[in-house]
Amino acid sequence: MSTSFTSMTVSELQAALADGATSADVTRTYLDRIEAEDGVLGAYLHVDPEAALERAAAVDASGKAGTGLAGIPVALKDVVVTEGIPTTSGSRILEGWKPPYDATVAARLAAAGTVLLGKTNMDEFAMGSSTENSAYGVTRNPWNPERIPGGSSGGSSAAVAGGLAPWAIGTDTGGSIRQPAALTGLVGHKPTYGSVSRYGLIAFSSSLDQAGPMARTVLDAALLHEAIGGHDPLDSTSIDVPVPVLAECARRGAEGDLSGLKVGVVRELGGQGHTDGYEQGVLDRFTEAVALLESMGAEVREVSCPAFDLALPAYYLIAPSEASSNLSRFDGVRYGLRVGDDGNHDLDEVMALTREQGFGAEVKRRIILGTYALSSGYYEAYYGQAQKVRTLISRDFSAAYADVDVLVSPTTPTVAFPLGSRVDDPVAMYAADLCTLPASLAGVPAISVPCGLSDGLPVGFQVMAPALADERCYQVAAALEAAQDAARGSRFLDQLPRRDAEPVGGAA
Amino acid sequence: MSTPSQGQLSRDEVAHLARLARLAVTDEELVLFAGQLAAVLDAVAQVGKAGVEDVPPTTHAVPMTNVMREDVVRPSLPRETVLAGAPAAEDDRFRVPRILQEEA
Amino acid sequence: MSTDTLVDYDQVLTRYEPVIGLETHVELGTASKMFCGCSTTFGAEPNTQTCPVCLGLPGSLPVANAMAIESTIRIGLALGCRIATWSRFARKNYFYPDIPKGFQTTQYDEPLCTAGHLDVEVDGETYRVEIERVHLEEDTGKNLHVGGATGRIHGADHSLIDYNRAGIPLVEIVTRPIPGAGAKAPEVAKAYVTELREILLALGVSEVRMEQGNLRCDVNTSLAPIGSLEWGTRTETKNVNSLRSVERAVRFEMRRQAALLDEGTRILQETRHFHEDTGTTSPGRSKEEATDYRYFPEPDLVPVAPDEEWVAKLAAMLPELPAARRSRLSDEWGITPTEMAWLVNAGAVELVSDTVAAGASPSDARKWWLGELARRANDAGTDLSDLAVTPAQVAELIGLISAGTINDQLARQALDGVLAGEGGPAAVVEARGLAVMGDSDELVAAVDAAIEANPDVAEKVRGGKVQAIGALVGAVMKTTRGKADAATVKRMLEERLTAS
Repeated sequence: MSTSFTSMTVSELQAALADGATSADVTRTYLDRIEAEDGVLGAYLHVDPEAALERAAAVDASGKAGTGLAGIPVALKDVVVTEGIPTTSGSRILEGWKPPYDATVAARLAAAGTVLLGKTNMDEFAMGSSTENSAYGVTRNPWNPERIPGGSSGGSSAAVAGGLAPWAIGTDTGGSIRQPAALTGLVGHKPTYGSVSRYGLIAFSSSLDQAGPMARTVLDAALLHEAIGGHDPLDSTSIDVPVPVLAECARRGAEGDLSGLKVGVVRELGGQGHTDGYEQGVLDRFTEAVALLESMGAEVREVSCPAFDLALPAYYLIAPSEASSNLSRFDGVRYGLRVGDDGNHDLDEVMALTREQGFGAEVKRRIILGTYALSSGYYEAYYGQAQKVRTLISRDFSAAYADVDVLVSPTTPTVAFPLGSRVDDPVAMYAADLCTLPASLAGVPAISVPCGLSDGLPVGFQVMAPALADERCYQVAAALEAAQDAARGSRFLDQLPRRDAEPVGGAA
Repeated sequence: MSTPSQGQLSRDEVAHLARLARLAVTDEELVLFAGQLAAVLDAVAQVGKAGVEDVPPTTHAVPMTNVMREDVVRPSLPRETVLAGAPAAEDDRFRVPRILQEEA
Repeated sequence: MSTDTLVDYDQVLTRYEPVIGLETHVELGTASKMFCGCSTTFGAEPNTQTCPVCLGLPGSLPVANAMAIESTIRIGLALGCRIATWSRFARKNYFYPDIPKGFQTTQYDEPLCTAGHLDVEVDGETYRVEIERVHLEEDTGKNLHVGGATGRIHGADHSLIDYNRAGIPLVEIVTRPIPGAGAKAPEVAKAYVTELREILLALGVSEVRMEQGNLRCDVNTSLAPIGSLEWGTRTETKNVNSLRSVERAVRFEMRRQAALLDEGTRILQETRHFHEDTGTTSPGRSKEEATDYRYFPEPDLVPVAPDEEWVAKLAAMLPELPAARRSRLSDEWGITPTEMAWLVNAGAVELVSDTVAAGASPSDARKWWLGELARRANDAGTDLSDLAVTPAQVAELIGLISAGTINDQLARQALDGVLAGEGGPAAVVEARGLAVMGDSDELVAAVDAAIEANPDVAEKVRGGKVQAIGALVGAVMKTTRGKADAATVKRMLEERLTAS
């Protein structure tokens, strides 16, 4: 029985725990698999088996395992600050840092009785779409270890898809939950900006960052979202509304009745005249999924959002600008790395040497770009202009939502690309975020749900909803998931072999 | 508003920006970054094409105002904890090498 | 130190017209910091009042202190400012070890208050100081420089940082340039800061203790040839931290700049430092390249949008402001503006007012606070308000004098007791036995003893040399150690020596 824990959904794990399995058993199974598989996948940066087992035993002793999320293991992207547990955000500059506090997301999951398996790998400071920018090595895609797992939450996506965690927290600034979820066959949701606390998430771009769930099913994602969502007085941008009821919407969606639902297909995201850079296999799976929605009663129409064409340039000005400022605190004074403090360098030099050696190339590129975009004389033309484009994108969403309930698109233009294929070409790398950026810039919720395979690799289907209408994402995604599972006769991830047995892949 | 000139980031400019950002970049990086950033700037400069007359900037996706906390004291961290992560400390303070620049 | 050539102050004014401007930073007296719940108590052990937010730890986020925002709006209202309906915090990006985030959270182009003014009086003349803006920001930590001479940054081996002060709410009040003060420019600068301090005290928004750095001034000074249409290049003298220094800094810069201009040297637009010990300024180290602060709206905080109702509520709660109060009290107390100015300079307005409220006459209250009590404070090297005597006790003392229970001399002894913590004036008078002797048996005995001990003097008086009685009065006062009332003694002596 224990071997199957790693291919169960969380709903199934809950049932197993309620039925007498112990959290310690479940946790040990995952730890064993991490031990066996993570040498290849590279999903985790930090695992403390003893602490995890101790925690699981405590939950078992409390008698609460199986109620709510108690006793369920979870993995956190290493951008989430955890008290006393190393937190690096994938950067050398934070190597060895043990935070003295917990992120709200971490605290809420702990309070819910979950068991922390470990911290997952990520592109340094969440800057990247492939998890190749981590200072601590690459993470591989469980579907094909020569391919990237997406990014920046690639450690979380690889862990959940590869059976090294039942679910995980990711963060999404321009697509960093949805894109890796899509490329590894998971469900990943970026909540409405402000609906999940950012307190304790190491900031990349403050006006865009959101934490969210990455899971094997839509229902699991909804359960995890409910556990972390809701107002937090420690985050000024946190919206003071009740925690949304999402799992219920997911269950209702799975019943497959979408009659009355108006679905808008965004022309600018892979539609006619906008197919440059999109793989045919991705477009085919997307079209099939749209047809499936229609077959369930949804009313589908094409919608045009012209400003979406400018989402990529706007994003690559706003995010680096905010990042250049957010990353200024890494100066080697209060925590983390310090380089050159040998009596021969003054403080300015030590700061510059520390940052030079502590940050990787992509981080440095973006800091320089952001510094440029904010500098006097360029601010209006770059940062100011990008913030106005953001308004245009929001207006396009508003106009579209006047006619439709949700907008849909492929999550990514391509399936997972080979490791190393884009690292030297930032512009090509940035194109991986093409479809996810508009929702990020407008702060609206968006989910990615698997919609089939292309060349044996997962394709993601994106559902976007108006701000604070996250439940629509879950409802539509659940309907699509249920219909596809029914047609396939199995869950999507069951197509990924050896999830509870031998090591994946053979590559070094 | 004028569209910024495209792809014009020179090595000197990159060097200046790196100094502003306290990055002791190497010469190889200067060359590499100048080239890569020129390509990125080409791409991002497209924002200049948008007609944004009378369009207000969006700084917060979900508009809110007046989020405040009451003026109430909460416990601080213990000093050992505060200094535990410090690269260097002395006399209960964070220690840094000599400072040449005066404060801004 | 400085080897600047200086022009005599009077000479400066014959050729140049000064323009001054002030940027004043005020630490608000909130209980907690601007963006976190850490205490703001002064003098705590280093790095004991810090948390993830004010240390700028990765992941931490700010939440604005409502009291700090209201205090800023109240300052703006007291200065006649327009209160913004939409205001934002911005990030000022630069690297310095005392700012934990690599940027200071401040306000840039959307401050809370703009376009106010403050009228100040110097030698009976009123000068209007225009206020450009009042905005809210956070204070920095404190650097301690080790290994160099006198703890200065120059020559130090390394520095130590304490972040207790980092994040304390700081209000910056910026004047527009102040032309037209001429020779009075240094005094106008001082009068402005003095008046601003009074307002801040009246509002109760800050303790305004300059010695604790609650109030810090940057003073801009420029000179232009008389008759010139353009203003000169200004220098900015940083961290001028006492009222007296504000005046001295302006005066010194005027004299220094005049000497340079006289010899045809251009004034550098630069930051300078004021030295309390010598009263001079010296240039800050110039930076290798211009700083570019890359301001942008702080995305971690939402805009502050004070609506009319909120502002009206705060306006209604404003106390009577110092100028209006002084004018009203001058009328009530029947004193001239100059006499009021003495009280202001002595920091005695509130004390006198409270003493009057406790029942003393305005003239007695003024006499005691500006006289005996001012002397005591001066001897003790403290402020009047720090003396261990309350206005109510001073009023009680004055009441005892008026009632004839004690005289001025005894009152000073009673005050000794009060300051020594022996209790209130009446209690001290009782305990020390300081009451004036009435027509008592003890006094009768003392008078008789004096006559007996000085028969020749007594005889002179009896013989009509009335003025000789003074010696007898003196003898009685001596034996009673000042407790007798001299007039009473004289009357008793007269009764005895002229009746027989």
